Amino acid sequence: MSEAATLDHALEVPPAESPLTPESWGKLGMWLFLAGDAMSFGALLAGYGAMRYASGDWPNPAETLGISLTAFMTFLLICSSVTMVKALAAVQEGEQAKFVRFLSLTILGGVIFLGLQAYEWTHLIHRGLTLTGNPWGASLFGSTFFVATGFHGMHVTAGVIYLLCILVQGLRGKYGPDNATPVEIVGLYWHFVDLVWILVFTFVYLL
Amino acid sequence: MTDTHREHPNYMAIFWWLLALTILEVGVIYLPIAKTAIAILLVGMALTKAALVGLYFMHLRFERVTLSLIAITPLVICVFLVLMLTPDLTAVVHKTETTTAPAEAHH
Repeated sequence: MSEAATLDHALEVPPAESPLTPESWGKLGMWLFLAGDAMSFGALLAGYGAMRYASGDWPNPAETLGISLTAFMTFLLICSSVTMVKALAAVQEGEQAKFVRFLSLTILGGVIFLGLQAYEWTHLIHRGLTLTGNPWGASLFGSTFFVATGFHGMHVTAGVIYLLCILVQGLRGKYGPDNATPVEIVGLYWHFVDLVWILVFTFVYLL
Repeated sequence: MTDTHREHPNYMAIFWWLLALTILEVGVIYLPIAKTAIAILLVGMALTKAALVGLYFMHLRFERVTLSLIAITPLVICVFLVLMLTPDLTAVVHKTETTTAPAEAHH
C-alpha cells in the first residue's frame, strides 16, 4: 500500500467516539479551566463571607464603596458580552468585517472597565482604604475587597490580551465559518469574566 | 466542523433581562424591608443573571450534558464549602461573644 493510500484509509476511519466525546477538545479544555477558576473565585467569595460574618465592625459596602460607578462597570461588561456573542455569530456566518468590529468593541469594553477599576482603586486608596487598613472599620474589609476585585481585574487584563491575540489572527483571516471554535473558546473565557463580575458586584458591593 | 449555520438565540433579549435585573438589584438594596429578605433577593437575582450568561452566552443550553456537568461542579463544591465553614463561624462568633469580658478580667 502506498503512503497516500494509507493516509486516505486513515482519514476514512472515524475517530473513536463515546457520548462523552466533546464536540471540540479545545472547548472542553477551556470549560475544565473555567471550572477550576470558578472554584478559586468561589473560595475567595466564601472567605469574604466568613471574614465579614466573624468581624463585628464591617462597614456597609454600598455606602463606603459607592455603587453607581460599579453598576456602570457591570453594565459595560454585560454589553461587552453581547458584542462578544455578536462577534462569534458574525464569524460563524462568514462576515469578516462585522466580526472584527464586534471583537474590537469587546476589547474596548474590557479596556474601559480596567480604566474605571484603576480610577476606583486610586480614589479608595486616597480615602485610606488599603490592603491592611480601613478608616471605616474592620481592616479585613480592605484586604478582601482588593484581593477579590484585583483577582477579577487580573482576569479582565488576561482576557483583553487573549482577545487582542484572537483579533490579530482574525485580521489575518484565520477564522471563518469552518474555523470559528477558537473565537467561541475566547468567548467562553470572556463570558466567564462577566459572570464572575456579576457575582462579585452582588457579594462585595451590594450585600 | 459540523453545523456552522446554527440558529442563534435572541441575544438582545438576554441583554435586556441582564440589564433589568442589574437595575432591580441596585434598587432593591434601598427597599425598607428586612436585611435577610434583601440578601435573598440579591443572591437570587445574581444567580439568575449568572445562569442567563452561562445558558445563553456560553451556550450551555445547546451543548452536550458533559459541559453542563463540568459547569455545575464548582457551584456544588462552593455550596459544600460554605456549609462546612458555617459551624466554625458560628463557634467563632459564639466564643468571641461569650469570652471577651472574662478573658480581659483574667489578664
